[in-house]
This record gives sequence, C-alpha cells and structure tokens, in this order.
Amino acid sequence: MNSMHLINQEVPLAWYLLLSAVLFCLGVVGFLIKRNLITVFMSIELMLNAVNLSFVTFAHQWHQVRGQIFVFFVMMVAAAEAAVGLAIIIAVFRVRATLAVDRIDLMKL
Amino acid sequence: MHLILFIVFAALCLIGAVNLLLQTHPINSALSLIVVMTSLAVLYLLLGAEFLAAAQVIVYAGAIMVLFTFVVMLLNAGREERTLGSRAARIVGFPAVAAIMAVIATMILRIQGLGPAVIENHVTSTNELSAVLFTRLLLPFEVTSVLFLVAILGSVALARHGGGEREDTK
Repeated sequence: MNSMHLINQEVPLAWYLLLSAVLFCLGVVGFLIKRNLITVFMSIELMLNAVNLSFVTFAHQWHQVRGQIFVFFVMMVAAAEAAVGLAIIIAVFRVRATLAVDRIDLMKL
Repeated sequence: MHLILFIVFAALCLIGAVNLLLQTHPINSALSLIVVMTSLAVLYLLLGAEFLAAAQVIVYAGAIMVLFTFVVMLLNAGREERTLGSRAARIVGFPAVAAIMAVIATMILRIQGLGPAVIENHVTSTNELSAVLFTRLLLPFEVTSVLFLVAILGSVALARHGGGEREDTK
C-alpha cells in the first residue's frame, strides 16, 4: 500500500526549478574552476541547458507553447555558438599551441 | 511512476554535471555532458515537451557534442593541469555562486501556485508547436537561418588553415 502511494505521487514543479538552479550553479562553478578552454566552453553549454529546463517547466505550468519555442530558439543559437566557438578554439590552438586558459592571457589587464 | 523517473534522471543529471567538474581529461567531461543532456531530454518528456526531447537528443547530444568530441580529438587535448586560478575567481566568484544559488532557491520556494507536473492532460504536440512557430513567429525563425549562414561562414573563415593575418604577409 505504501509503495503504491509512492508510485502514484506527483512531482512538484518546484523540484524541476531547483534542479535547474543547481545545474546552472554547477555550470558557473565549472566555468570558474576548469583550466581547459574546451571544458570551460562545455560549462557554458551546461548553463544553457539548465536555463532551458526552467523554460520548459514554466511552459508546463502555464500551458503555454511559447516557452517551448523559446527553448527551440536557444537550441539553435547554442548550435551556432558552438560552431563559431570551437572554430575560435582551433584558431587559438594554432597560434598558441595550448588549451590551458592560464597561458592564453594576452588580453588580460 | 513520474516520481521514480524524475528521481532517477535528476540524479543522473546531477552526477553527470559533478563528474564534468571532477574529470581532468576533456573527453571524459564531454561524455558526462552527453549523460546530462540525454537525461534532460527524459525530463522534458516528463514535462510533456515531446518535440523538445527529440530535438535535445538530436541537436545537443548529437550534433553539438559530436562537434565537441571532434575538436577534443583533433587538438589532441591532454590532461589539464589544476592551478589555483585567478584570485578574482576565488574572492568574488565562489561567494557570488553561493549567493546566486541562495537567491534562486528562496525565490523558487516562495513562488505560490506552482502545481505538480502531470502529463496526462497536457502534452504539447509538435502540431501545436509548429502552428505557432510558423505563423506568429515566422520572422524570428527565418532570421535564425541567416544566423546559421553567418555562423557557418564565420567558422569556416576562422578554422581555415592559414587563415586570418597570415595572408597579409604574402
């Protein structure tokens, strides 16, 4: 009886939002602690995904299609951004021969 | 059923994200990011967004991560060495992350009227989604195709062998 209750229990939407917040913060932490250019870029993708999850959650809450369409646009922009960003990483690697962000600090004050 | 699926895939998401931070080799980070994205697709399905779940698998876990792993292998990226990072990141960054997390969590817990997630009565079909996308939002949709064209040209120009300033010296 107790296990049936557990199976049929509903999930509050606040849990989805909390998961999205935790994923976003993990992305920010990754952006700060990772020392490799490519993994820093992956942390940005993680943040984009976390925000997408909260968009979908709110679209579910208010039964709106527009939230999901916004996620669709975010996905398209992320694809374009990944292509250009990785091309920039390849160009940087060709000049500096390293991917460590500590050694790519030409523009640092 | 919903609860069990949510717990399993939310846990997979979090484990993948933490693993992304802990791994030192970029290819391991890329593989754990694929785990995160695929389990997010399942969570989208639980929220009734079936088209987005498919797009998440195809675009993110497919196209974008293939690009990432391709670049990791192309550049032969080795193990990253851990350094302390910049002082600004330590002094400002981590307290800022904690503050952001605290603010977002309190805001979420204070929101009134958030219902439970149920998919029985509301699954957004691709039909509904495309009806709005191709009528009311047709102009932004077409503008993104221009964005893609610019992105393709830009990435080809940037990654071209010997591109950029080297041509001036010829």
